[in-house]
Amino acid sequence: MKAGGEHNWRGYLFVAPATLYLAVFAFFPMLFAGYMSLHRWHLLKEQPRFVGLGNFVQMFSDPFFRNAIYNTLIYVVCSVPLGVLISLAVAALVAQRLRGVGFFRTLFYVPAVSSQVAISMVVIWILLPETGLINWCWLKLGQGIGMLQAWWAGTSPPQGPQPWLGYDGRMNFLAEPGWAMAALVALSLWIGLGPRMIIFMAGIQSIPETLYEAAAIDGATGWRRFRHVTLPLLAPTTLFVVVTTTIAAFQLFTPVYMMTKGGPRRTTDVVLYHIYKEAWQKFEVGMASAMSYVLFAMILIVAAFQFRVMRRGLGEAAA
Amino acid sequence: MRTGRAIATYAVLLAIAATTVIPLVWMVCTSLHAPRAQIPTMSTLFAPDGWHFENYWTVLTYGELPIWRFALNSFIVTAGVVVLQLALCTLAAFGFSRLRWFGRDALFFVFLLTMMIPASVLIVPLFALVQRLGWLDTYWGLIIPYPYLSTAFGTFLLRQFFITLPQSLDDAARIDGCGDLRLLWHVILPSARPALATVAVFAFIWTWTDFYWPLLATSATTMRTLEVGLSVFRDSYGGTQWSLQMAAAVITLTPVLIVFLAMQRFFVRGVVLSGLKE
Repeated sequence: MKAGGEHNWRGYLFVAPATLYLAVFAFFPMLFAGYMSLHRWHLLKEQPRFVGLGNFVQMFSDPFFRNAIYNTLIYVVCSVPLGVLISLAVAALVAQRLRGVGFFRTLFYVPAVSSQVAISMVVIWILLPETGLINWCWLKLGQGIGMLQAWWAGTSPPQGPQPWLGYDGRMNFLAEPGWAMAALVALSLWIGLGPRMIIFMAGIQSIPETLYEAAAIDGATGWRRFRHVTLPLLAPTTLFVVVTTTIAAFQLFTPVYMMTKGGPRRTTDVVLYHIYKEAWQKFEVGMASAMSYVLFAMILIVAAFQFRVMRRGLGEAAA
Repeated sequence: MRTGRAIATYAVLLAIAATTVIPLVWMVCTSLHAPRAQIPTMSTLFAPDGWHFENYWTVLTYGELPIWRFALNSFIVTAGVVVLQLALCTLAAFGFSRLRWFGRDALFFVFLLTMMIPASVLIVPLFALVQRLGWLDTYWGLIIPYPYLSTAFGTFLLRQFFITLPQSLDDAARIDGCGDLRLLWHVILPSARPALATVAVFAFIWTWTDFYWPLLATSATTMRTLEVGLSVFRDSYGGTQWSLQMAAAVITLTPVLIVFLAMQRFFVRGVVLSGLKE
């Protein structure tokens, strides 16, 4: 209790509804998930059976679950650093006083508030063989280059779209291992750009102008100014963005559900999608709860690790 | 030198803008192509055999999967969540900021802790709970246990705003004989409209675009929300009927984009507040 004012019991009445709500719909489910994780629990059959830590032992001997963890880690390792770096770079651009920059800030935010289902449907088109945006552009480029070459050589120009650099534009990216994961990573960069950019931008704009003036007197401009003034002062913001981006990356679901269903050959079967199948296709909710606790633990460990590493970085930057 | 840099900046910004504008343009144009037409490429996009505005009417009243019903459900659920969250968060934030009582800061810390729990841990038990309550395929089940919408987050944002209001407001109201509720309703809330708008916009956008919870809590077609209905629609028409799929997608996107564009000032404020809390 802070100094000043007296104890007012009516305070309890005001926080009671929200406290009750959180108790019933957050704390109770969390504890109950722990209880379920210790049972072999089929949603439709009667009688859960206590198995202790059996679910945890079983899941780690399951190559498909280990594969899902591997895929999740690949996704996190690819999408988080790229996502943070790109948003930081874009934030540095839109934090400038430029005409029309507010328009770009708004536009870059649009994917983040859009329906992920609708986005996934458009991305499916973008990645289609031949008719999709990427392959179509590639073939048109090939055609243009073919025409240039024909003009140069004085022969008749090629008809229709042309392959280029030996690639014929027929690849179905979402059916190719590796490419499907790359597509999910690219999608996360695009969707997450707006929110991360806005947070970085607010951080950049809160840096006092006098520091830049001092740096200018020392002769630092452009990149060196960014590296030695902006970046160290952005460290707390960066920590926040890295941790929240990581937490979100561990919980990738909708694009996988819409675009790849975990395929091809289980290369995009991430943990949350695996849990989804365990709970709602096999109805093994005990196992699913155990897996979601493992996911929770992974998130906590990685976030704690990031905190430690970046705190140390913060100390050095301040020194 | 300066203009060179400005041109380079604009070039990069325009390139990123294109990645957002092209999909939107493609989506809108495709939705107006003939229902059985080939999937359009960039060259046929602006030259279909006629613009088929009736596609929108077709999907809104589509036999087994009527989009109007999904839209109605989305509006009811989103409105319900916004009202519920505003009520819970306002009361709690008032209790946490304008009144003093034993254990206040400890309980507030517990609230903040719930923001750490990932929704994926809560989903299975919540499903079991909602099933036990007989709330599957009901608006109750879609509105009340909203696992993604952290009540704690809204309480936190509102409390941060409430504590910036001067104590003299309370004192003046007390002297006039206001009780707690009247103080909250007539004094605090009118001066906290921007903060309330921030919480409401967040609740709106998160609920409208949420997929996982309504996917599980509903199985009857008549109770699907737009986001889930859209995915069912896609699964039924897989690689065909792109124009109808895109018409449904445009209907799903439009309300949330309107709310975002109209209220983006409040939205950005919330993002910044949550990012700079340290």
